[in-house]
Parts: sequence; C-alpha cells; structure tokens
Amino acid sequence: MCLAIPAKVVQLFAIEESRALVEVAGVRRQVDLGLLTDDLPSVGEWVLVHVGFAMSKMSEEQALDQLRLLRSLGEEEAAVAEVEGYAVDEAATG
Amino acid sequence: MKFVDEFREPEIISRVVAEIRRLADPKRHYRFMEVCGGHTHAIYRFGLTDLLPENIELVHGTGCPVCVLPMGRIDDALELTSDPKVVFAAFGDMMRVPGAAWSPLAWKARGADIRIIYSPADALKMAEKNPDRHIVFFAIGFETTAPSTALTLVRAREKGIQNFSVFSNHVTILPAIRAILDSPDMRIDAFLGPGHVSTVIGCKPYEWIAQREKKPIVVTGFEPLDILQSIAMLLRQLQGQLQGEDAKVENQYTRVVPWDGNRAALRAIAQVFELRPYFEWRGMGFISQSALRIEEEFAAWDTERRFAIRGVRVTDPKAAQCGEVLKGVLNPAQCKLFANECTPEQPVGALMVSSEGSCAGYYNYEHRKTLYSDCCSSVRCVP
Repeated sequence: MCLAIPAKVVQLFAIEESRALVEVAGVRRQVDLGLLTDDLPSVGEWVLVHVGFAMSKMSEEQALDQLRLLRSLGEEEAAVAEVEGYAVDEAATG
Repeated sequence: MKFVDEFREPEIISRVVAEIRRLADPKRHYRFMEVCGGHTHAIYRFGLTDLLPENIELVHGTGCPVCVLPMGRIDDALELTSDPKVVFAAFGDMMRVPGAAWSPLAWKARGADIRIIYSPADALKMAEKNPDRHIVFFAIGFETTAPSTALTLVRAREKGIQNFSVFSNHVTILPAIRAILDSPDMRIDAFLGPGHVSTVIGCKPYEWIAQREKKPIVVTGFEPLDILQSIAMLLRQLQGQLQGEDAKVENQYTRVVPWDGNRAALRAIAQVFELRPYFEWRGMGFISQSALRIEEEFAAWDTERRFAIRGVRVTDPKAAQCGEVLKGVLNPAQCKLFANECTPEQPVGALMVSSEGSCAGYYNYEHRKTLYSDCCSSVRCVP
C-alpha cells in the first residue's frame, strides 16, 4: 500500500479522460489520472503510482532511480505484484 | 566506512558522512525522528545508522498506518462479514494484522468473504460486477492514499453505484507530530519529514513545527544519499540556531515534492472527507482531529453510517511500551517485551506489526544481527 511505483504512460483514453494505460516492468495496467488533472501527463511520460492512482509526474531519469531504489529495498517484486494485481479492464486494455 | 562501497555514488556518500561527522558536536546527543515508515525501512535496510556518529540517534516515528491502527477497527470490520451480502476488500498489508482474536487472513480461512485488492478503484469495479453483493473497502493510510479513496467515492457517486461503501481509517500526519511534540517526555531535536505524504500536502503545513516549536524539519527522499543529506541539513540548522538563526522547513526531495503539494489531491480529500473530532492511534491513545471520516454528502457510501458498527475497543497489553518508543524515550530493544513476547511473527505491540514499524525493522535488521554476530565475524550475516 505504501509502495510508490514509477510507471510509463503508454496510452491515454479519449472517452475516459481520467484513465491511462501504463507499463511497469513489462506489465500493462490502467491507472487513474484524476489526481493529476491540473497537469495531465502525455504518452511517453512517467508517473509515480500509489494504489492505482498516479500521484505525480516524474522524469525518466527519476523513474529509473525509483525503480533501482525499489530493487535495492527488496520491494521490486512487491511493486510488480501490485501492478499485476490491478484489475484488468478488458474493454479498454485489449 | 563499512558498507559505503555497496551504495551508488560511494564517493558522494563518504563526503556527506564526513560532513555529518564534522557538523555533529561531540558533546551533544542528537535525536532525529523520521516520521515516515518508508524511511524507517530504508534506514534499517541500508544500515545507515552504522554510518552515523554514535551521538546521532534516529528515532522511528508514527508513520506506518498499519501499525497505528487500533485492533478494535479490525474487529469491527471483520464483524461486518457476518452479513452474507458483504464482501470485505482490503490491501494485502492488512491481511496478517491481528485484531483481538483474528486477523483478516485467519477470518477468511474460517469462511468469510475477504478479498485482497491493490487499488480502491478495483473494489469499486468489484461492486459494479457483483450487484447482489455489498463491497466494503477497508480504507487505510495517510495523505498518500486518502486522495485515491476520495476519488473512488466521487466515481461511485458519478456512476450511481449503491452497493459499495468505504470503512475509513485514514489518518493525517500532522496531529501525530503535534502529539509527539506535546508529550512531556518528548526528546526529539529535529525531524526528517515524510516524502510521499508531502507530494500531496506539500511543505507549508510543517511550518509551525519550525516556527512555533523551533524544531528544524527537512522533507526527505528515500535513497541513502537523500537521508544522509537531510541529516546534514538538520545538523546545519541546529548549528545555525545556536547563532540565533530560526529553524525552518527545508525540502531535500524537490525532485518529487512540490512546495505547495498536489492541489487536485487536496481538493479530492476536502470534497469527500472531514476531520473526526478524535481518533485512537495504537500506541499513542486518542489524538484530536487526527483522522478522516466521510462527509455527510457521501453518507450513502460510508460503511459507518450504513452498518451498525460496534466500536470495539481493544487495549494493548500494559507491558508494551510502544508509546515510549514512538517518542524516542526508549529504543525498541529497551521495551520489556521486545524479542521475548513481542516478535514480528507474534506481534504484541503496534510497532512490531508491519515491516515498516520501528520495532519490526529493529528486530529484522539489528536484533538478528546481534543474534548471529557471535558465530562468525561477519555482522552482515542475516538469515
């Protein structure tokens, strides 16, 4: 729950503005962008995700730093398991 | 320096450690509290206390939401599952946390419908897919997770989903810091401010700590270098205070934390939640205006309004000295129960409950180290 997971935005949805498809270590899931409405990310940008919601934007360098930190804290597997655990939305992810 | 070689940028780390040793007055004992459980975990994991001079003590604070949740709230939640319509959805972190008699995991093994979810959005999705069930989301966390719960409630209302409610256990970090500062046996000199909570609330809400309480505070990242740099910044402030300078809030974690926080997230919290008059914190007792309940406007999605909640109170055993450890009066090993009756496998007190709790961290890294250091010369020998 307290994991901060860096994820790359790979797709934005035209119909549901507040959702995006992101990728973490090859796993693709949807996250909610509703907490970044003041400064929405574009495709290719990185966000920091907590419990399925993007909380802040970050540079690629910062994202890779954060991934490395999770690895050295022994939390990388838990982070990937969390992202894999986000429910798959068949309609939009496909 | 023993482990510096294992870090990235070992030269910079060595330089900061040398700076810390130069800044620390050998005649003085320093107690710095890291408020966030994530910092506690990083400090133990990276063995950072081994790099610090002996007169700098890191006191591990209140910032683990799982640890400070009173056991009675778990019992209250488990009771809800006696209604066959109810599905109890919780983060995995909660599953092993014991109530008075059962943990959610043990209760699930006895047949209750308890499911692990990773996002409140998924609990809402579960409600949409199971219209004949009622999904109770067990919400927990500081300002880092409260906005996500809030937004999920906004979405529930937008979609008109009726079979979903939130059992809010959200707490806020500032009243806990105030409670620590107000306690008569408090011995903290300065604070390492939380990283991810601050991405939401920003740095301004900490100003009273510097201005009124005259305690320096530095919002800190989670890398070894971040934590060490922040310790050096605190020492510099304390030195400046001797020359008549004012304590201040500094932001070491600027790459992630904006000074004003995340306004959209703060709006979501304000829209959905209001402060409870008081809330119990395990190990600390009742703290006024320290937790969030759901606003009247969202009453239809508030578990506490929709169901009869007994409000179970479970007191920790008197011998557990969690409060003293939290305030820095005792270190974990000085508690009478530490490693005897209270272990991560069988936690008695709050701080042993989660891996981010200070006693569990101390046990897993420091205590095991002393257990095994007798057998050979390697202090890094940890099972």
